[in-house]
Amino acid sequence: MDLQALWLTVRLATATTLVLMASGIPLAWWLASTRARWRPLVEAVTTLPLLLPPTVLGFYLLVLLGPRTGPGRVASRLLGHPPAFSFSGLVIGSVLYSLPFAVQPLAAGFRSVDIALIEQAQLLGAGRFRTLTAILLPLSTHSVVAAAVLCFTHTVGEFGVVLMIGGDIPGATRTLSIAIYDQVQDFSYAAANRTSLLLLCFSALALVLLYMRRGRTGTPHA
Amino acid sequence: MPDISVRHRQGRFSLEAEFSLHNQWTVVFGPSGAGKSTLLRVIAGLVQPGSGRIRLNARTVLDTTSGVSVPAGRRSIGFVTQQPALFPHLSVRENVGFGIRHLSRERRAVRVDEMLHLLGAEALADQPAPQLSGGERQRVAMARALAPAPRLLLLDEPLAGLDDASAHDILSRLLSLDMRVLYVSHDLAEIWRMPADVVLLDAGRVTAIGPLQQVLAPYRERLLEQLKA
Repeated sequence: MDLQALWLTVRLATATTLVLMASGIPLAWWLASTRARWRPLVEAVTTLPLLLPPTVLGFYLLVLLGPRTGPGRVASRLLGHPPAFSFSGLVIGSVLYSLPFAVQPLAAGFRSVDIALIEQAQLLGAGRFRTLTAILLPLSTHSVVAAAVLCFTHTVGEFGVVLMIGGDIPGATRTLSIAIYDQVQDFSYAAANRTSLLLLCFSALALVLLYMRRGRTGTPHA
Repeated sequence: MPDISVRHRQGRFSLEAEFSLHNQWTVVFGPSGAGKSTLLRVIAGLVQPGSGRIRLNARTVLDTTSGVSVPAGRRSIGFVTQQPALFPHLSVRENVGFGIRHLSRERRAVRVDEMLHLLGAEALADQPAPQLSGGERQRVAMARALAPAPRLLLLDEPLAGLDDASAHDILSRLLSLDMRVLYVSHDLAEIWRMPADVVLLDAGRVTAIGPLQQVLAPYRERLLEQLKA
């Protein structure tokens, strides 16, 4: 078992999940509540990673975050190093790739909250932040948990995007799924099996726990 | 100039209403689909009308010509509908205290107790909201709407569906309040004895305004039939 890759994967999944929860909650609420004309466009962009081949997303991110582009230079300045082939680059790629796994369940959860409750909160003087924290989030806990679990497990299993942006640098960008690929390339099938089994059990367990929780709370949506 | 003057279009339906709140209680009476609920939602700030002007206690909360539109939460309006919309994850006490977070914890607790007592719901204070009966939910919803001491209380058929005893008890408690109330109903028997003005609304238009028993006199026969039935 490549413990270095395991630790890196856990760090990457945790960072990605935290960033996606922090950014996905306000974005999902905006999507769930806005009547803006450009909402379908934003919704399509956030859903695009679901349909896009990971290598395509990874390739464009690699180009976009390169040293010759504006975003690449800004990212370099902010991070203190070029984002490509670094852990920060992996986080950026993972966040974009897993965005729909955060936004879709969150937006579905927010949409399922009775609008009359939101109106009452507003009438009682609650601003947008308090309506979100005191009403929407407590009434959408299953969706929040589902979004966090999906983001984490999806990031753990990522391959194409992280390989394109991060390459295969041990200790820096080699995640478990890349380690499996390397093990297979080396004909180390026993090691690949152990690592694959770990990911398989982890993903299955996460989903079982999620569905058990949904069964207990009786929440009908994901 | 009337206190309330609004024009609003929603699909094929259009609402045009102009009236003032001269009395403590004003009843908006009319058949289903007359625009009563829409009118209240416009006044509450939940619906932005095409044009209009609303003044409450000498304070302009809406004036589309000068671009004034005070958000719903700052209009100092309490709003209770037929469906009380209590926050299901909160207790009765937390529901009633939701709109008075600016008060200290001690003052908030006192205010919540006062409001629950006012509505005869003090025994419900620590119950989870989903466990309440229809009448209890309505009492708590009213206590919650009254807790921030609003300038105007909007009641949209709040007693519909309640048993007679609960409805009568709640109404008599509300009538004892010293505040402006705009009360929507299409139940003549419910409003007949109210010391109120009435705004008669039909198909989105105000057709009559005045003292309730005077304006609704033509409907008296219907009321008597209702009471006999």
